[in-house]
Amino acid sequence: MDLTILWFWIIAVMFIGYFVLDGFDFGVGMSLPFLGKDDTDRRVLINTIGPVWDLNETWVIVAGASLFAAFPEWYATMFSGFYLPLLLILLALILRGVSFEYRHQRPESQWKKWFDGMIIVGSAVPALLWGVAFANVVRGVNLDANHDYAGTIFDLLGPYALLGGVTTLLLFFVHGVVFISLKTEGDIRLRARKLAMQSGIVTIVVAATFLAWTTLAYGTSASALLAAAAAVALIASFVANLRGAERLAFGLMAATIGLAVLTLFASLFPDVMPASNDPANSLTIANASSSAYTLGVMSWTALIGMPVILLYQGWTYWVFRKRIGRAHIEVAVH
Amino acid sequence: MNEWLDPLLLSRWQFGLTTVYHFLFVPLTIGLALTVAIFQTAWVRTDKIKYLQLTHFFGKIFLINFAMGVVTGIVQEFQFGMNWSDYSRFVGDVFGAPLAFEGIVAFFLEATFIGLWIFGWDKLPKKIHLATIWLTAIGSIASAYFILAANAFMQNPIAYTINEEKGRAELTSIWELLTNPIALAAFPHTIFACFMVSAGLIISVAAWHLYRNQHLDTMRPALKFGLWMMVIAGVLTTLAGDQLGLAMVEAQPMKMAAAEALYVTAAGAEASFSIFTLGTPDGVNELFSVRIPYLLSFLSTHTFDGTVEGIDNLQAQYVGAFGPGDYTPTIWITYWSFRWMIGLGPAHILVAVAGLFFTRKNARPTRPWMWKVAIWSFPMSLLAMSVGWVFTEMGRQPWLVFGLLRTQDGVSPGVSGVEILISLIAFTLIYGILAVVEFKLILKAVQKGPDDAPVPDAETGELQHAATVY
Repeated sequence: MDLTILWFWIIAVMFIGYFVLDGFDFGVGMSLPFLGKDDTDRRVLINTIGPVWDLNETWVIVAGASLFAAFPEWYATMFSGFYLPLLLILLALILRGVSFEYRHQRPESQWKKWFDGMIIVGSAVPALLWGVAFANVVRGVNLDANHDYAGTIFDLLGPYALLGGVTTLLLFFVHGVVFISLKTEGDIRLRARKLAMQSGIVTIVVAATFLAWTTLAYGTSASALLAAAAAVALIASFVANLRGAERLAFGLMAATIGLAVLTLFASLFPDVMPASNDPANSLTIANASSSAYTLGVMSWTALIGMPVILLYQGWTYWVFRKRIGRAHIEVAVH
Repeated sequence: MNEWLDPLLLSRWQFGLTTVYHFLFVPLTIGLALTVAIFQTAWVRTDKIKYLQLTHFFGKIFLINFAMGVVTGIVQEFQFGMNWSDYSRFVGDVFGAPLAFEGIVAFFLEATFIGLWIFGWDKLPKKIHLATIWLTAIGSIASAYFILAANAFMQNPIAYTINEEKGRAELTSIWELLTNPIALAAFPHTIFACFMVSAGLIISVAAWHLYRNQHLDTMRPALKFGLWMMVIAGVLTTLAGDQLGLAMVEAQPMKMAAAEALYVTAAGAEASFSIFTLGTPDGVNELFSVRIPYLLSFLSTHTFDGTVEGIDNLQAQYVGAFGPGDYTPTIWITYWSFRWMIGLGPAHILVAVAGLFFTRKNARPTRPWMWKVAIWSFPMSLLAMSVGWVFTEMGRQPWLVFGLLRTQDGVSPGVSGVEILISLIAFTLIYGILAVVEFKLILKAVQKGPDDAPVPDAETGELQHAATVY
């Protein structure tokens, strides 16, 4: 296979890795006001992702750097074009990250309240804006002949893009809540299951609308299949959750997110950033990619590196496989 | 357009601000990861509780600092594309690869094993848990290598060919790129300087407690460790810096000329090093200076009769090679940042040697000023680190990639000054607030002292590690 095409799909896989993993971190963060009745509850929630949020977040750094290396033009156009949304994502990720680490450093409730707020906002903003950003990539934006973004910030806030944002926000929310039901014990586990049911229905409606819109307006036959599979996985996850099959429900949510990202990438192919004003200005796999030599070097690195990474990251999840409850927080030190 | 909204100027300020800020946390991450790993190893091998206490104590400071390094690092990864999109288009084929390596090889390792270390005390066997902090340390050091290799390409572009049709640089040899002479010298220079910063922290903290005559069991060995680490890392930083200087004269003679504000080419005794100069603000006219003859010749060529090219000469050469333009960095910045850097380095070694002398055989210096000097080690070592980066990056100007791409040609054409101003203000505000919060948290952890570590059970003598939670 042509290396440029291979790397298009590797980039997709990296963003799937990021959205599946950090996606439930975002969901856990957003669930604080719904499931965190008191400080101990909130600490249970935060500790479900405590040991792993950093490694999950690192996927976006690797995805970004790989995009830079494999498709410099795509990286340059997307990151400079979506300047303000990305700025907000960065600020949100900064606040969220330090909050995990700083929240427990002082006992005062006002102190914790501040950091709870930053975790909630710092999780919701990226969950929304990543969807807005990727929906805009699929829809296409105004690009000039130099491939620079030629629109304004308001052009990025069209109905399709906003629906994309709400879709990722809801998907990550449900994903996180299902994750909580899988990782906690006692009352909070049951409440998480219930919340996943309640939010699941809205999420199915919104996500199905977005996937249908994507398919009708920008889709191919391959993307239509993937979109359908994503919708089926989402509904199946909802049913699994109804039946109390937490592990299956979580796996199906991960599959939903993965398939949804693949739907977007399949809709893009072979473009990487279509120009809505003039197809001649579109960024494609061919004109945005790095040289064959660089892609070859990158391929070897990924080929050797990624299995090792998946192995030790998998092991980390295995080490922290036990459920967490209020009892763990009350006896623990911090 | 309003000159305050010049995207180039604002982007440069933003990059400078966010990068210097990011690199306040990186040295501690790199240096303290190793330090904590060493303390924990000492505990695993000797079973002495003081080493476990030191592991937890410096581990806590390490973690408060670590979070800031991580979140400010994402900004670094994104802002090449956000603020410097033309730069990204031009160099991505070359520069992107080491960045991707950094993520795949180093950041994943660091980010995964730090989680295992923090939360694994009660879940992993002792030796496996020890391995997690070593892997974190290795990840942080490896990340420094890759980012310095990427930076070395900007200082000394090699291993590329220009693709005229695509208007960009393309990689020709990853091996050559990763063994750039600048990278090979900058890596030990930077890593050992990171160790100096963390030694500085240990000295400051231990001296603070010892001056108050408290926590002697832990702080005495900590001080001794910090002082030795400072001496060794200080000497190695200096030696590597000397090698970096030689490589720099080869690759960027203008930077060395700008470091000394040497306008006219000089040789032998004339190639003197000025410790201090008073001059007109533009640096062209000198009013008064204190000079050491031959020293600049020695620094640049390792001989006493070497020739050091002057700014005027180089400027004329560059006009010939690259066309009309100003190829001179801002001299007062390069001149003074260079002096602060190479002045503070040996000063730290001296303070540490003096410290070892005055605390030999557990002696306790009585003069308060001695303790105060020791407590200033940490801020001064951070300052040395920052001025070092200011020198190396400002000395590269007006180039973004030396000889290939000017800074003004790398900025994002599609991003407006207003957008960059918004982001500059947002980063300044948030970074400012977080700096205060982080500083206070570290101060609180330091003052609390090393009492948090688990203690052996009174009956069984077994250590019980409680589960760690946020």
